[in-house]
Amino acid sequence: MRYISNTPAQQKEMLAAIGASSIEDLLVRIPTKARLSRPLNLPRAMAETELVRHLQRMAGLNAGADEYACFLGAGSYDHAIPSPINHLISRGEFFTAYTPYQPEASQGTLRSIFEYQTMMAELCGMDVANASIYDGASSLAEATLMAHATTGRDTLVISRGVNPLYRQVVETYVEGPGLKIKSAPLGDGVTDPDALRKTLSPHSAAVVIQYPNFFGCLEEVRAVADIAHEAGALLIVVAEPVNLGLLTPPGACGADIVVGEGQGLGVPMSFGGPNLGVFAVKQELVRRMPGRLVGATVDVDGQRGFVLTLQTREQHIRREKATSNICTNVALCALMATIYVSILGKRGLRKVGELSTAKAHYAARELTKVPGVSLRFGAPFFKEFTLKVPKSPERVIKRLMKDRLLAGVPLKGFDRAYKDCLLVAVTEKRTKEEIDAYAAALAAAVA
Amino acid sequence: MANVPAELKYTREHEWAKVDGDRARIGITAFAQEQLGDVVFVELPKVGAKVTAMKTFGVVESVKAVSDLFAPVSGEVVEVNDALPKSPELVNTDPYGKGWMLVIRMANPKDVDGLLSAADYQKLTADGAH
Repeated sequence: MRYISNTPAQQKEMLAAIGASSIEDLLVRIPTKARLSRPLNLPRAMAETELVRHLQRMAGLNAGADEYACFLGAGSYDHAIPSPINHLISRGEFFTAYTPYQPEASQGTLRSIFEYQTMMAELCGMDVANASIYDGASSLAEATLMAHATTGRDTLVISRGVNPLYRQVVETYVEGPGLKIKSAPLGDGVTDPDALRKTLSPHSAAVVIQYPNFFGCLEEVRAVADIAHEAGALLIVVAEPVNLGLLTPPGACGADIVVGEGQGLGVPMSFGGPNLGVFAVKQELVRRMPGRLVGATVDVDGQRGFVLTLQTREQHIRREKATSNICTNVALCALMATIYVSILGKRGLRKVGELSTAKAHYAARELTKVPGVSLRFGAPFFKEFTLKVPKSPERVIKRLMKDRLLAGVPLKGFDRAYKDCLLVAVTEKRTKEEIDAYAAALAAAVA
Repeated sequence: MANVPAELKYTREHEWAKVDGDRARIGITAFAQEQLGDVVFVELPKVGAKVTAMKTFGVVESVKAVSDLFAPVSGEVVEVNDALPKSPELVNTDPYGKGWMLVIRMANPKDVDGLLSAADYQKLTADGAH
C-alpha cells in the first residue's frame, strides 16, 4: 500500500463534503479526558544514519539467542536453522506471506503447501493436514471447536499438562459458543488416568493432552486415548512436529486430531512470532477441518496439478456455517518448515530429537548434582524438564544472565504451585560447555 | 420437466415428504438435485436429534454449491440414510428412493397440512423458482 498524503486544500474539500468544519469536529464523540491535550512528546527527527545507529543500540539491549545460551522453551525453542532456508524463502516468488487469490495460477506456491501438508500428516501420523494456521495455540482452539461440532457435546476436558497460554486462547475462543472447560489434574508430571476418567461425562466433546507436555513429561497417549474414546470423546493431542521424528506419532496412539506449534522446524523464535500452527486430522473428520487445504489432481491433459480443495468448508462459500473464520495460512512459515524437513530428512529429524533428548538428560543430571536442586516430577521427560531450585527462580535467572545464560522459564507466573520451579529446555544446539557452565553458575547462584 | 410423484408432499425449499402414519420419510426433489448438479457430500443429523419444520436440518454440497436442507415437518429423527456418506450420488440417481435422507417421527402431524401438493409444487418449479 502506498502512502498518499493530502494537502490542506484537499482536507478542506473532504471535510466540506461530509459537512464538518475541522478534523477536531470528527473527534467530539471521544471524551475530552480520554484525549491527549498536548502534542506528542517525541524526540527531534533524526537523519537516517543516526536513526539506524539509534535503533541498533536499542536492539543491542535485547538478550537474544545469538549471544546467549538459550535454555528457554515453554512453546518456543532454539533449534538450529539451516542457512538455505533463509535464502530460499527470500525469493520473490515466495516472499509474500499470504495465500494467493486466484490460487490455481500459483502452482509453485500450491505445490509447496501440498508438500508441507504431506510432511505434517506423516509426522503426526494422521491422514490429512491443512495448509497451517496462525500458531499452536490457535490450532488447539480451532480443534476444540471442531470436536464440539463433530460430537455435538459442549464440555472440554483439558489436562493441566497443556501449555497454560494455549488454554487461555481456548478459553477465549469457546466463550462465544459457550463451551465449558474442565481440568484433568496431573499425577507425577503426567495426566492422572483415574482422575481423568472421573472428569469425563456424556457431555465431554474432547480430551486435550500435550505430548511431551508443558512440563516436559511424556504422556501415556495410548492409555488416554482409550479413556477418551470409552467416554465417546475425541482425543486432541498437542505435539510439536520437530519432536515427532523420534517420538511415536500421536496418530499411531489413537489421537483423532493432532495440533501443535511448528516453530521448531526452521522458524526463528522472533520474540514469540510469527509462528506456525500445525493441524492434522483423520480422514473421516476432514470436512469439519478449519483452514485452507491444497489437493493434487490432474488437468484436462492428464498432467499433475494442484488446487485448493474442499473449499465448501470455508467462509467465502459456506458463509456463517463455515467450519471456521480462518481463510488463510502462514504460508511463509510453512515454507520454512517444508524446506527444513526436506534438508534434514528422516534421519536428520530423528537426530535432532535424539541429540536434544540426550543433551536434556545430561543437563538434568548435571544440574541436579547442585545441592538443593532437583527434578520436580518423576515421569520420563523429553527435551525439557521442570527443575526445583532452592532460591527464587527469578533471582537465579538474573544471576545467570551475567554469564550469558538464559536459564529457563520461571513457572510462578503460570501457577503459584510451581513458584520454586524453572522450566529448562535443551535443544541440539546446546553444547556440553554451555551445559557445564550452566551447572557451575547455578551452583554459585544457590550456594 | 422433473419428476414430481403425486403421492408425496413438498416444501418451497424443494424437499419432499412421504407421510406414513406419524412418520415422514424426507429427501430432496428431482428438480433440486438437477439444479445442484453432482452431489458430493450430505451432512445429516444423528438418530435422536430434533428437527423443526422449515428450519435447517443439514447441508447438501454439490460441485456447484452448498445448500441448507429444510425440514418439512417437526419431530425426532428415527432413521438416517447411512448410505449417503459413502454414496452421496444416490441423491442424484434416485432422489425419491435410495437418495432419501431421514425418517422423522412427527411431533405434530398437522404440519403436513402446511406442505405443498404435487400439483402445487409442479407449478412452483414450472414458474422457475429455485
